[in-house]
Amino acid sequence: MTPRHWSCPAADGGETFEYALTFDSGRAARLLIVPALFDEANRLRRLTVETMRRLDAADIDTILPDLPGTNESLASLQDQTVSGWQRAMDAAAVQFGATAVLGIRGGCPFAPRAPRVLHYAPVKAANLLRQMIRSRVVSAREAGREETSESLREAGQREGLELAGHRLGAAFLCAFDTLETSPDAEIIAQDRVGGSGLWLRAEPGENAAQADALAAIIAEAMKP
Amino acid sequence: MDFLAVRARNPMADDSDQILRQILTDVLGLKPGQADSFDADTGLFGHLPELDSMAVAGLLTEIEDRLDIIIEDDEIEGEMLETYGALLGFVEAKRATV
Repeated sequence: MTPRHWSCPAADGGETFEYALTFDSGRAARLLIVPALFDEANRLRRLTVETMRRLDAADIDTILPDLPGTNESLASLQDQTVSGWQRAMDAAAVQFGATAVLGIRGGCPFAPRAPRVLHYAPVKAANLLRQMIRSRVVSAREAGREETSESLREAGQREGLELAGHRLGAAFLCAFDTLETSPDAEIIAQDRVGGSGLWLRAEPGENAAQADALAAIIAEAMKP
Repeated sequence: MDFLAVRARNPMADDSDQILRQILTDVLGLKPGQADSFDADTGLFGHLPELDSMAVAGLLTEIEDRLDIIIEDDEIEGEMLETYGALLGFVEAKRATV
């Protein structure tokens, strides 16, 4: 497992450097993984990396880049846009020579084109956003404040919004709400992986059997 | 609303109970069967540290998806989330009106 950096196109036409976790031995089969988003990224990080370890053993290189503004990134999350994230993942796919792409949950809409595109348990961006807004409504209510999903959504699209500790800009929220995933991707539904999805967990967890199953499905799909 | 009275009136009661226990098993990462011991007074929101606002939001979304109901903002209140019995009562009443 090697931390690498890669050149990410910046909004002003320049470049920034972002981090990627890689298992890269220059093999023919190379999988770029677009991670799950926000809180789900934490809950699924271990499953993601455990799956990468298994793919490494199956002779498949994997690359897990940060989306700018998340994880180890120096960029501010608030300044990110949906098109910027799409450009970033396109650039990562080219630089690492990905032969296949795996999107995980909310990362699926950011999965770049590749000869083979897999989506693990894809979620509509609008549904993810609705859940994060609801989380804010629940915590506001607990604190004795009255907020509604509708007013938060409107305010977010005007001036940005902090959701579960993630400060998202207005442009991001406007575009994210209507974002669709590619209909051409091969879907890996949770029932093929077995057990319940780890993104549902209140706390980050792990499951070796799920990592085994997910890696086996991906390896099978990537067979030449 | 009385927990047992609502259950007795609603033919879908057993189904809701079973599905809700499964959702809580998934969200709380319980071992299979562990949620069987939940009774009407088992404390949820405010009693289980891992059940924070984000987890509750996830819980409500799963309830909507798996039980095919829509939960409005103004229906989300502390009391409904406080115990297993209150949450089950809410879900069953909601399903009865679909």
